[in-house]
Amino acid sequence: MAVLLIAEHNNKELRPFTLNAATAASQIDSDVHAVIIGQNSADAAKQLSELPVVKKVLSVEGAHYENFTAENFAPVIVKLAENYSHIVCSANTFGKNLMPRIAAHLDTSQVSDIIKVISSDTFLRPIYAGNAFATIKSNDAKKCVTIRPTSFDPCESTGGSAPIEKVDASEEFSNTKFIKREEIKSDRPELGTARIVVSGGRGMQSGDNFKLITEIADKLGAAIGASRAAVDAGYISNDHQVGQTGKVVVPDLYIAVGISGAIQHLAGMKESKVIVAINKDGEAPIFSVADYGLEADLFEALPQFMEELNKLNTIQK
Amino acid sequence: MKILVAVKRVIDYNVQIRVKEDGTGVVTDNVKMSTNPPDDNAIEEAVKIKEAGKATEVVAVTVGEEKAQETVRKALAVGADRGIHVKVDGILEPLAVSKILQKIVDKEKPDLVFMGKQAIDDDCNQTGQMLSALLNWPQATFASKIDVKDNKLEVTREIDEGLETIEINVPAIVTCDLRLNEPRYASLPNIMKAKKKPIEEIAASDLGVDVSPRLEQLKVEEPPKRKAGIKVANVAELVQKLKNEAKVI
Repeated sequence: MAVLLIAEHNNKELRPFTLNAATAASQIDSDVHAVIIGQNSADAAKQLSELPVVKKVLSVEGAHYENFTAENFAPVIVKLAENYSHIVCSANTFGKNLMPRIAAHLDTSQVSDIIKVISSDTFLRPIYAGNAFATIKSNDAKKCVTIRPTSFDPCESTGGSAPIEKVDASEEFSNTKFIKREEIKSDRPELGTARIVVSGGRGMQSGDNFKLITEIADKLGAAIGASRAAVDAGYISNDHQVGQTGKVVVPDLYIAVGISGAIQHLAGMKESKVIVAINKDGEAPIFSVADYGLEADLFEALPQFMEELNKLNTIQK
Repeated sequence: MKILVAVKRVIDYNVQIRVKEDGTGVVTDNVKMSTNPPDDNAIEEAVKIKEAGKATEVVAVTVGEEKAQETVRKALAVGADRGIHVKVDGILEPLAVSKILQKIVDKEKPDLVFMGKQAIDDDCNQTGQMLSALLNWPQATFASKIDVKDNKLEVTREIDEGLETIEINVPAIVTCDLRLNEPRYASLPNIMKAKKKPIEEIAASDLGVDVSPRLEQLKVEEPPKRKAGIKVANVAELVQKLKNEAKVI
């Protein structure tokens, strides 16, 4: 039986991690179908049909799908699940919210946040904030799997031409009502997919001081991250949080500034290719994962860092 | 309004995890255990709602071995009225826990069920959503703000793109984010008082729920170690290394 991928989108276009989830789905089985549930989401459905790994697109339209409420999405997918061996989506807040609702309806024990497909029933996943890796075999007939998007490369996005089939909508779940979404718009790359991330922690001391980070991020074309301490202190909004309960990032370069390196923060960034730590406490745990550590006062180091960057003839983007 | 809060006993968040040499799991002997951190936020929120006169009773429930009862006792010490301990040994998957909680909900008939959004041991992030599915109740996951309005809740949820606000009718499930509130510490007099509060013990086997595992944990291993890095003397050296050695800028 084929694998059913749940597409994440904003009704206009696919959200980028759909491509990573498609790769994971195709590693489970080459026969990948993808379901897209939304309102006026035809353009996103078309985009989905162009992913070469997707063999068929199922499109479900309805006004009650506009805001991706799990209570509305789950019944549609549960019904479709009859024809599939696996249901797959990203382990971001979209998939974390939705997949367990599907799994419980199917009486399936979900496998969350996998980082590797070992075989069609066996997966590798981090536990204890990534301090251990567990190899898990699922014995359920239908498997519900969420994938850590940064552990799978995005699939090709053009060249495919899968047929798009309409599927009937299910009834509206009336006990949950969407009120509003406050999205923080930014011209910078998305935190989850950025090549470079510059993150600030409690050591930044104020939200204002984050402009030292912003400046460098702009120069490098980087996304801005933060530790939970910095978000809790109100220096920066929650969508920037990197860590066990925030976002997991795997950039080529991660620069941690004024971040001590609690286990929970390391869980979100320690797979980064190159890690830089700038901290005035030479004993801070962040140095244990840093490729390059600089023991310095960040309020002196960051302006100097900017100066040095300005001296460079070229900066990779 | 009656609030049921589910709490889980886990290895304390400050403990450095050690993987067992035989690959069967992580070391838990002589390791400090605590309540799962966001479950503390769930209890705190329920108690605050009761203190605001919007709830009549807060019941703390845990599912697990003998010692899991400590988490219920702690909840009682910060303001829960009574406790329930569903006793069961061995590893339980979130699906099994949600089935057990469904039975407790059937019995207790709460208007709201709160719990942490994720347990920091298995990092599954499933139980609340699964319980909502089994009960066909609304779910407000990753809550960082809760407003109680008559028979509705307005909940702000933390999502990847920012914040989302939804309105849910009770009965409902809320899974709590660490930013929801600042959990209080139990005072000594309250810890003493909590010892007198009742905890009902129920054997999971009496609930008629199939809790047998569906997943096999074949192996637990250490993640690959990063090779040791170097300290640089100054910013100029750092930038030079990033440019010419690591070649990332």
